[in-house]
Amino acid sequence: MQDSLKSSSYQQLEQKSKYTNMFLRWFLYFTLILFASYFIFPLYVMVVTSLKTMEEIRQGTLLSWPSGINLESWAVAWGGRGYGAGDTFLRPYFWNSIKMVVPAVFFSTFIGAMTGYVLTKWRFKGDQWVFLFLLFGCFIPFQAILLPMARTLGVLGISNSVVGLVLVHTVYGIPFTTLFFRNYYVSVPTELVKAARIDGAGFFKIFFKILLPISAPIIVVTVIWQFTQIWNDFLFGSTFSFGEAAPIQVALNNMVLSSTSVKEYNVDMASAIIAGIPTLIVYVLAGKYFIRGLTSGAVKG
Amino acid sequence: MFKWLEKNLPKIVMAPAVGLIGWFVYGFVLWTLYISFTNSKILPKYELWGFGQYEKLWASRKWLIAVDNLLIFTALFLIFCVVIGIILAIFLDQKIRAEGLLRTIYLYPMALSFIVTGTAWKWILNPTLGIQKMFRDWGFENFTFDWLVDREMAIYTIVIAGVWQSAGFVMALFLAGLRSVEDEIVKAAKIDGASLFTVYWKILLPMMRPVFFTSFVILVHISIKSYDLIVALTQGGPGISTTMPALYMTQTAFHKSQVGLSAASAMMMFMAVAAVIIPYLYSELRRENAR
Repeated sequence: MQDSLKSSSYQQLEQKSKYTNMFLRWFLYFTLILFASYFIFPLYVMVVTSLKTMEEIRQGTLLSWPSGINLESWAVAWGGRGYGAGDTFLRPYFWNSIKMVVPAVFFSTFIGAMTGYVLTKWRFKGDQWVFLFLLFGCFIPFQAILLPMARTLGVLGISNSVVGLVLVHTVYGIPFTTLFFRNYYVSVPTELVKAARIDGAGFFKIFFKILLPISAPIIVVTVIWQFTQIWNDFLFGSTFSFGEAAPIQVALNNMVLSSTSVKEYNVDMASAIIAGIPTLIVYVLAGKYFIRGLTSGAVKG
Repeated sequence: MFKWLEKNLPKIVMAPAVGLIGWFVYGFVLWTLYISFTNSKILPKYELWGFGQYEKLWASRKWLIAVDNLLIFTALFLIFCVVIGIILAIFLDQKIRAEGLLRTIYLYPMALSFIVTGTAWKWILNPTLGIQKMFRDWGFENFTFDWLVDREMAIYTIVIAGVWQSAGFVMALFLAGLRSVEDEIVKAAKIDGASLFTVYWKILLPMMRPVFFTSFVILVHISIKSYDLIVALTQGGPGISTTMPALYMTQTAFHKSQVGLSAASAMMMFMAVAAVIIPYLYSELRRENAR
């Protein structure tokens, strides 16, 4: 039966499908590489532009290779030109962002872990509603809370300060961190917790001895997610801070928009790369966790 | 006392989260809602004024432009992100060499802020030194690409940058969806003589319905909230041609000091998001309960 099928016409057919297959393969790779160049194009342009002098930029094209590695625009973007007024550069704002990100990520992650722990391992009547109550916070458009937030920060005396931004980012991070930890702890067998409870372990002991040691993956996901979101935030930063307290994205935008006599695209591009590098590094080093966070919490946008 | 503390410890630990969200999310949204019914200018006033701000809002040319732009942007952003995302996901699913590298390239824009993205695209799209000059230097002397400074076309530059940033994300969602399908289903279909095209078109893509739904919700959500990208790329210009609701809201509140009017616009955005999110949450919860 098998042998009789392998007639000459069948072989012809196989030959033909081999060619179509080869054509399909080429088409596949061609398309994939075409899109890859679309995605890589802006990054390439940013890097080469930041290495050129303004003279080169005017003479060459977007794609042309820089004549050498000229790091001057990087130095200007990071540390300024060294004259007083009107010399804006990113270094102080980069530190502002660090000072804002570190505590905000820590607090929101900690609160989220605790809340997720209670919601899954110390269940009570109506806990599903509490979760839904918190979850809704992931979805609100922040425009609906900007006005009262501005007033609240004013009343608390922390408007236009890094402390104020830490508070804002901690609060609006809680729905996401809770979501992450709740979904992770749901899959941890409750029997473990029950057994420990019978042995007399208390609330905190169970958390620190049983759940925390197995939480490393979800902590990584949460920290990366929060870090990326807060580092990249512009809406809160630009609404609640200006001048010296601004985080880096706001400073970058101000630098690029400031209409001084000559537009220095090389400095602009170096600044943009500096503002993007921390999250890019995290993405390259821990892409797997980044994507996991993205697919489970990306509703924030 | 100690007993009580021990018994209620879990609830006490949870209290900060519930309290903060209750106050900063629900309380604040209600405050904004209330203010939208008052005639507040620079400072909030608390006497009710009815629907005046909403009437003013929908009579404002700038707001209508913003809504128009939002519809155009959302439609194109959705279509391009989903189509590119699906194509890339299906192609990557064919046992491709260097898949990991390609995936990394498609998705890295998601790690960048919209301000960084906007800055880069603004430089690429500017007519004097960007793409237009590149093509002219290559010998296409009449090549024109000045959408960024063209009132009619500027909104499409925001689509270009937005799709660049988010298409890879849709790819990741669909790739994860395709990978979760049992190999057996595909094998069985192939044994029955189905071509690869049929397998995807008739079997796999229809199975991806939940992924379509999720992508739709997330992308619409991103587009309703889009603010940073417009600030960095066009600042709503030329003129007011690329204004969007989020930009309208902040400008009305913080530059024009029309607090009541901006609260009304914020509530319109809130309702638009709710209209998309509530059915989504409902279906997700039902799915979870059904499990």
